[in-house]
Amino acid sequence: MSSPILPKPPFGESLVSNLQIRDPLTVARAITRVERGGVAARELVREIFPLTGRADLIGVTGAPGTGKSTLVNAMAKELHARGKHVAILAVDPSSPFTGGAILGDRLRMQDLQGTGVFIRSMASRGQLGGLAAAVSDAALVLDAANFETILIETVGAGQGEVDIARYAHTTLVLEAPGLGDDIQAIKAGILEIADVLVVNKADRDGANATAAALEMNLNLNPDRTAWRPPVLKTVALTGKGVPELVDAIASHQSYIRQHDLRRAQETARFRNKLHELLKTELLQNLLDRYPDSRWDAWLHEITERKRDVYTIANEILRNKNNA
Amino acid sequence: MPDHPIRILVAKPGLDGHDRGAKVVARALRDAGMEVIYTGIRQTPEMIAEAALQEDVDVVGLSILSGAHLELFPRVTRLLQEKGKTDVLLVAGGIIPDEDIPQLNALGFTGVFGPGTNTNDLVKFVKDEMTRRRA
Repeated sequence: MSSPILPKPPFGESLVSNLQIRDPLTVARAITRVERGGVAARELVREIFPLTGRADLIGVTGAPGTGKSTLVNAMAKELHARGKHVAILAVDPSSPFTGGAILGDRLRMQDLQGTGVFIRSMASRGQLGGLAAAVSDAALVLDAANFETILIETVGAGQGEVDIARYAHTTLVLEAPGLGDDIQAIKAGILEIADVLVVNKADRDGANATAAALEMNLNLNPDRTAWRPPVLKTVALTGKGVPELVDAIASHQSYIRQHDLRRAQETARFRNKLHELLKTELLQNLLDRYPDSRWDAWLHEITERKRDVYTIANEILRNKNNA
Repeated sequence: MPDHPIRILVAKPGLDGHDRGAKVVARALRDAGMEVIYTGIRQTPEMIAEAALQEDVDVVGLSILSGAHLELFPRVTRLLQEKGKTDVLLVAGGIIPDEDIPQLNALGFTGVFGPGTNTNDLVKFVKDEMTRRRA
């Protein structure tokens, strides 16, 4: 016999009170709801939003294979041992072709079972509004659920992932020895968003050279008064260097509090989110405004090189204003 | 197809030493557009139930080769019920003798897939069941 299909419990007062005591079933279903988006997700966010704003969001990013999941596991263990309520959002990419995904980060987080650390795997999906929207809404749920530290793990492969890391209060960028020479360190991009730099797999050859290259790069930063990201060496598998890393995160958190930067961070985060949301909505409005045949005709004009995309875009916007 | 992906946990309870079969299954489910939470070998019933709960999966797929299914699977289903995670489709795979299938069905394992199963059949089963449940 198949197990009975029970209706999901109605949200409302019971949701909020169950969320606040970190009831795992409620937290899990609330995340599903925001992940699916739509009206139900918006209602939920509206309801819980006043309860949020207290959690520390820690972004963890870096190239595939640098040991992010293992390090997140080790950090969560350390934070849990220090008495923190910890949650993890682990993001893996969806296939652009099938929409499917293998979410394998949990494989490296086995020893957190039974600790109360809440782990949720998320696929990047490809929805309008982007990955960042769903992940930041899931973080709101965890924040409302009184998790004090939320670790957000993403693949540092694209702009979307960089955005998520930028939403965090503290962003860790992982490197591992042997992934590139020192010119990689001075390229613009992911290193610039780091509040803490981590050379993981530091028991391997070349770890000191990688750390030195990162330090040298930091020496070139023009602003000497700003926060200087510490460069730390860890071996996530054994936990070596992890207490020092957790200390460094705490130092950064007190730095941003002392300098009243948290409000600025939140402003930047919500400005970005508001803009993304408006882009999505306005695009959807435009898409809905014209029949498919009209869009096909415009695209045909472009592919036939009759008119260029800028001209067509102008026409679409002008029509909208005249409508 | 439903407008949001099916989320499925693929786990191997017990002491099986390898997970080649489970990885093939995970890949097939991914290619069918599902989100597969893959936790690998040596999973305790507690780990499986906790993962199913936190990940809010639609489907739990357990694979076992060692013969301990009648020992371990009931522990998983009991923990799921204790935690209130009852809205889940249960699927079993691996080396499971035919005479054990009725017992697994009674535990709530709607689908039991033995060696030689075509992954397409498994994918179709999961999709059809989920479509029915979401209707």
